[in-house]
Amino acid sequence: MTIANQNQKPTAAQTIPGANVPKLPIYLDYQATTPCDPRVVEVMLPYFTEKFGNPHSRNHQYGWDAEAGVEKARAQIASLIKADEKEIIFTSGATESNNLAIKGVAHFYKEKKNHIITTVTEHKCVLDSCRHLELEGFEVTYLPVQQNGLIDLDVLRKAITPKTAIVSIMAVNNEIGVIQPLAEIGKICRENHVFFHTDAAQAVGKIAIDVDAMNIDLLSISGHKIYGPKGIGALYVRRKPRVRLEALIHGGGQERGFRSGTLPTPLCVGLGEACAIAEREMGAEAVRLKKLSDRLYKGITDKLEEVYLNGDAEHRIPGNLNISFAHVEGEGLMMGIKDLCVSSGSACTSASLEPSYVLRALGVEVEMAHTSLRLGIGRFTTEQEVDYAVEHLVQAVLRLREMSPLWEMAQAGIDIKSIQWAEH
Amino acid sequence: MYSEKVVDHYENPRNVGGFGKEEAGVGTGLVGAPACGDVMKLQIKVGADGRIEDARFKTFGCGSAIASSSLATEWVKGKTLDEAETIKNTEIAQFLSLPPVKIHCSVLAEDAIKAAIKDYREKTGSADKAAE
Repeated sequence: MTIANQNQKPTAAQTIPGANVPKLPIYLDYQATTPCDPRVVEVMLPYFTEKFGNPHSRNHQYGWDAEAGVEKARAQIASLIKADEKEIIFTSGATESNNLAIKGVAHFYKEKKNHIITTVTEHKCVLDSCRHLELEGFEVTYLPVQQNGLIDLDVLRKAITPKTAIVSIMAVNNEIGVIQPLAEIGKICRENHVFFHTDAAQAVGKIAIDVDAMNIDLLSISGHKIYGPKGIGALYVRRKPRVRLEALIHGGGQERGFRSGTLPTPLCVGLGEACAIAEREMGAEAVRLKKLSDRLYKGITDKLEEVYLNGDAEHRIPGNLNISFAHVEGEGLMMGIKDLCVSSGSACTSASLEPSYVLRALGVEVEMAHTSLRLGIGRFTTEQEVDYAVEHLVQAVLRLREMSPLWEMAQAGIDIKSIQWAEH
Repeated sequence: MYSEKVVDHYENPRNVGGFGKEEAGVGTGLVGAPACGDVMKLQIKVGADGRIEDARFKTFGCGSAIASSSLATEWVKGKTLDEAETIKNTEIAQFLSLPPVKIHCSVLAEDAIKAAIKDYREKTGSADKAAE
């Protein structure tokens, strides 16, 4: 197995000889997904071949080996969020975890409670689960966020009613990287006897999470956001005080009846290892990423004016920078930086022409939202890649501003809002 | 995802810029909206013979929008106003092989040409205004 020798970080060594150019294209989209850490792949491999047993087979060695792998992984996941291993349920990913948490709680407690609270900046799978429950007759409150992307705790407090079953607020936003005040939210929920679910797909392994200290009752985890494999996730479900759920997937009663189906042993093992690595390296990694992200942001803002950071500058993970480059359209900009794999806040790339609903929720104007890029850095990003990205991004913005009628107007002191635009 | 012609016009845009305020025979079209993610400014300069002798553009938008307006400046050059007015968005879209979601970029380019011609005619009060 050659993979066993690749403990080295994959991108660092792969530079073009003789040139100060990193391997292209450069991946700067770590919030979309992360590469599987080679150390994760290494521990997964035996479970595809020699340890292929069904972890639910109780009668022979193959089953026991697979089960041991799965249970070790469960403990590794629990340890990262300071939970008990019995409180971890494997799922196919954070989308399923979020669906199970919200629909599961809503359905189980529907005789007594029919109200759900969430925020307008949640991931689509949370918003869409809530929309679905509204169709079933549940009431949903969508909390606004402040200009910095964070919720107002007083607004949350006032939204809770005796009918509220669950509050679902994401830990870290996938587009703008801001960290919600989890401990404060948890305290409010506990005081009001309301379950607190958090979609922590972007948070686990990046910020310290303690489900007890933060009074979190349900927490969603994704494998592929934390250098683990795609197709696996987990849901933490508190046992004391006990949270009950109605299952979405019925069958053999695996995962305490919450989620039937044979567990994908290699993926479970991979998620466990990804969590174990994160637990060991999270602190040092955060420091390194903060340095890189500061370098990236400073590099851009030193050379460009009218550049705006979206989302709170302090309460954010270091791996995310969401930036508006005024007067330059995001998709046009992405075309100019083909060697940089980033994501655009302008949704012109997709079928809908609406810009990001998250940026809009922050009060970012539509025209400004069209100029936004999400730059995501992570475990394998190098300083050399950051420097290359800064140089090329700055060049592209300068070139496109020279071609932009809006930039020209802004330079001439014309307020673009004073013009009667024909919206099409 | 982008055709070669779009990439070519995006990377080597033709006729970027604008004409000075004092220059005679200039018509300016400004179409689109910042909130929709694309704005085009297209200018024509009409010579004594009534033909468009030069054109310029500036565009805020995606690669297809930039390419559509760049191409439009090439196509209007040497044409009379009446000839330039007959340029259809479908021709621009076809030439650049724009996918369906980008057809609006070519529509905007056609609008920009028409707006520039209209502006020129209004400014000069030229005889062919009657033709409208």
